[in-house]
Amino acid sequence: MDWTALWLSLRLAGWTVALLLPVAVFAGRLLAYREFRGKGVTEALVMLPLVLPPTVFGFYLLVAFGGTSPIGQFWQAAFGHQLVFTFEGLVVASVIFNMPFAIQPAQRGFEAIPNDVREAAACCGLGPMKSLWKIELPLAWPGLMTAMVLTFAHTLGEFGIVLMLGGSIPGETKTVAIAIYDRVQAFDDRSAGIMSAVLMAISLFTITVTFWLSSRVGRRLGRAP
Amino acid sequence: MNGLSVDLGQDAPIPLAASFSCATGEVLALVGPSGSGKSTILRSIAGTYRPQHGTVRVNDETWFSDAEGIHVSPQRRAVGMVFQSYALFPHMTALGNVMTAMGRLPAREQDARARKLLELVHLSGLERRRPAELSGGQQQRVAVARALARAPKVLLLDEPFSAVDTATRQRLYREIAELRRALNMPVVLVTHDLDEAVMLADRMAVLHHGRTLQAGRPEEVTTRPASAEVARLVGLRNLFQGTVVGHDRSARTIIEWSGRKIEAAARSDLAPGQKVSWAVPDGFVLLHRRDRPSRGEHENPVPGIIETMLVIGQTAHLTLRPRNDPGLPLHFSVPLHVARRNGIAEGVEAAVSLLAEGIHLMTPPAAAEAG
Repeated sequence: MDWTALWLSLRLAGWTVALLLPVAVFAGRLLAYREFRGKGVTEALVMLPLVLPPTVFGFYLLVAFGGTSPIGQFWQAAFGHQLVFTFEGLVVASVIFNMPFAIQPAQRGFEAIPNDVREAAACCGLGPMKSLWKIELPLAWPGLMTAMVLTFAHTLGEFGIVLMLGGSIPGETKTVAIAIYDRVQAFDDRSAGIMSAVLMAISLFTITVTFWLSSRVGRRLGRAP
Repeated sequence: MNGLSVDLGQDAPIPLAASFSCATGEVLALVGPSGSGKSTILRSIAGTYRPQHGTVRVNDETWFSDAEGIHVSPQRRAVGMVFQSYALFPHMTALGNVMTAMGRLPAREQDARARKLLELVHLSGLERRRPAELSGGQQQRVAVARALARAPKVLLLDEPFSAVDTATRQRLYREIAELRRALNMPVVLVTHDLDEAVMLADRMAVLHHGRTLQAGRPEEVTTRPASAEVARLVGLRNLFQGTVVGHDRSARTIIEWSGRKIEAAARSDLAPGQKVSWAVPDGFVLLHRRDRPSRGEHENPVPGIIETMLVIGQTAHLTLRPRNDPGLPLHFSVPLHVARRNGIAEGVEAAVSLLAEGIHLMTPPAAAEAG
């Protein structure tokens, strides 16, 4: 059992969720409430990672983040090391790649709040921040939770992009999914089996907790679970 | 200026040309068919909609004025709004809903005031219930309490009775009528239900395509509409065309309607030869007894044939096709026993009197009815 790889995967998933949640709230609200020019194109762009093969996406990111690219050079100048083949690079890639998994459910969550209820919040004197905190977030919570769980689970299992962008550097970019592949390549079926079982247990646990929580929220709001 | 005064104008996307006022302590009903811009006007007062032109003023404050470049945000307008759907916060208790509208008051004071408001709307004991655990009528009461929680300067009610059953509605009417005595603010009630307006409002404004066509006391608007358009909107179905013949000594105006002379309530301002629309409310159409003549039959008698008879409960709703003008039927209703005693049925000959005092003349005449 490669505990370093597991810990790395959990850290990667945790960071992705933490960084993506504010983005999902912001973009989800924007797409749910506003009509603007280019909304269709924006929605399509958000969905793009869903249909693009991970290796293709990873390749473009590799080019975009590489040492010769503006982004890569900026990163090098700002932090003193390159972006590709590092943990930070993985986090950035993971945030971009998980956008559809976070923004879509968040958008659905905010769309489920009736327009009247938001207007009622304004008529009760709640400003935008208070309305978000006291009314919208509690009501969009099922969508946001789905966003977080999907992002977390999806990051744990991501393989193609991680391999393209991170290589397989132990403790830096070697996630548990890659470690499993590694062990299979080395005919170490026992280790691969244990790690697969652990990963499956974690996934099962998160999904169960999600369903339990959302059914509780559903009962609270008087919706069908 | 004391109270609310509203003057709105815009061409698109929703045409508006509405102008009305509502004094402190007064209930004004905005009445009109769906799509007449009622909700948009209400939202313009609340500040959740920004019209192109006009002003919204309350007491000495200006909430909206495009000329002065003022648009106060809804958060800063002391307005209480009851939404058609109630728009309660589903994740909060009744008490929480009311307290949310109380702004910066200390929590203890909020709690006490919210409980008092819930008591005012007869919801004591249900403070801890969530909206999903309350009936439709109870939800409406929470919405009213929440609207009052801000100590508003204007109370806005958007079709507040449309989502409850009839029995509950009757009870809520009484409660609102009682409650308004305790409120010292202008109350604007949006409804498409005329009976509701007549029952609850001191004044009503009739709206069509965003325009205020007439404002006045409900009895006045419903019996003496300013135009044929208003007559149609307030449900006056007996609407006909005629020509003024002259005025007689008993202070009646005589008109000619398809070859028949009709005496109407005096309108000395109308010159002979003037084309008019005239309306008579159902209640001023009297059925003649068929067995023997009785008093009052000399007043605008109209013979014809009973075309339809629809019995609802103990009332017979009848239409009579006048012999002189078979184009449009006269609508009226009589108690079922009266219809029975007189042998009224579809196809029989009958006659009615149109009471002159109820005949209302309007200019200009209505355009020919489309369709």
